[in-house]
Amino acid sequence: MRREQLLIRSIQFGLVAILFGAWWFVTHSSQKLMLLLPRPELVWREMQLLWSSGRLWSAATITVTEIVKAYVIAVVAGILVGFLVTRSRNLVRIFEPMLAGMFAIPLTLFFPLFVVFFGIGPDSKVAYAATYSFFPIALNTIAGFSSVDELYLRAVRSMGASSVQQFRYVYLPGALPVTLTGLRIGFFICIASVLGGETLAAAAGVGKSIALSAELMETARLYAWIAFVVLASVMLNLLALAAETRSERE
Amino acid sequence: MTEMSNTQIRLVRLALIVGLIAIWEFYARFISTSSLIAGPSDVAMAWWPKVMGEPRVRAAVGITLIELAVAFAMSVVFGMLIGILIGLTNIGRRSMYPIVLLLYGIPQAIILPLFVLVFGLGPASKIAFGFSHGIFPVIVNTIAGMRNVSPHLLAGSAAMGASGAQQVRYVIFPHMVTTVFAGLRLAMTLTLLGVILAEIFVSQGGIGFFTLLYSETFNPSALMALVLTLALMAIALNELVRLVEARFSRWKD
Repeated sequence: MRREQLLIRSIQFGLVAILFGAWWFVTHSSQKLMLLLPRPELVWREMQLLWSSGRLWSAATITVTEIVKAYVIAVVAGILVGFLVTRSRNLVRIFEPMLAGMFAIPLTLFFPLFVVFFGIGPDSKVAYAATYSFFPIALNTIAGFSSVDELYLRAVRSMGASSVQQFRYVYLPGALPVTLTGLRIGFFICIASVLGGETLAAAAGVGKSIALSAELMETARLYAWIAFVVLASVMLNLLALAAETRSERE
Repeated sequence: MTEMSNTQIRLVRLALIVGLIAIWEFYARFISTSSLIAGPSDVAMAWWPKVMGEPRVRAAVGITLIELAVAFAMSVVFGMLIGILIGLTNIGRRSMYPIVLLLYGIPQAIILPLFVLVFGLGPASKIAFGFSHGIFPVIVNTIAGMRNVSPHLLAGSAAMGASGAQQVRYVIFPHMVTTVFAGLRLAMTLTLLGVILAEIFVSQGGIGFFTLLYSETFNPSALMALVLTLALMAIALNELVRLVEARFSRWKD
């Protein structure tokens, strides 16, 4: 078991090392790719520059604010709609397919409409990301609350549980796992939508900075921005994974 | 409340949609003073001949569909290939699967400008970006599907003298279908997402060109007509994949 684990880790690290090695080797053996693939040390210097000049922080503040606003709206609306719809089986049968159908449409199609209505500033990104992440949260809340076993409800009712107690001891624990999955999916969709929206049309933010450095052909800076987002996203994913494994163990 | 019949459910749903359209029309016509709000009737009037009657728009929709088809086909072929290679061995799966998941989790919009730099302004960058979105659900679900096959069935078929190819055809393949098709449906949505993101980012005569044209000339009815047409196409494509999926999982019931 131990040895297998060691083998797996060395394959993973080996792969990353090979990739970086190939990057270094290719960019140092020929000058042809300079424009599209800058040398790793140039990207590293650009990353330090973005970090120390404060440009990273001013862009990240705008983006993170948009993400937080959009996510809060999506969570409140999604859980509320999900909870209200599950008050009756008929409502679930009416609304669930409609919501699922709309979620299957790439809502990016509607992004130009958001820009027309909400302008080029942060509002259009917040509205777009909130709309996109509303769907997985609402759908999973519906799935969570409909998966609560009728048998448990009847049992606590016959034992005289009040509706508050029913909610606290049966609905909530029953619906929580699936709802949490929705919250996680919604969170990552929210981040992707804000960054996507910023890349497409924005005045400022991380996505805008990326699009701008591509337009100006500052590829080293472009890679530096991408590296920061990739690092942040990998850390967030690992955190989410760790949180999930912990909650599964309980 | 008593259980409603399926017809009743459909009727209520239809009434809701009709009601929403009516409210929207009423709001656009009588309440809103903004020129940005176009009512459903304006959108319908713009749909033909102004938007879909225009040959250049139809060509743009055609190009987008071709980009989507190529990107989706590439996602399926390469995704399943990579998925099978990774899922084949236990070590391969346990070492590569987490890396695939981490890559899948990166918000890909941030590499879109890079794709445009590398692949240019034409269809190639849209296909590449759609492909980079679509391949991940295919890889992930192929790996998951291969894990679903019960070792008992494999041992059983081997004991009855099935060759490796026969095992793939009669045991592994049918069991992978459900999971893989769930991945294909997701891949269809994500490929379309990637293609449209790239189209809206920069486009020469594709649908992105027209969405930009209509938004910059403040023509909300034409913009909505185009966007809603594409949304209907997305729903149709999704249903198509679902039908194919139902066809391939018939053996189950």
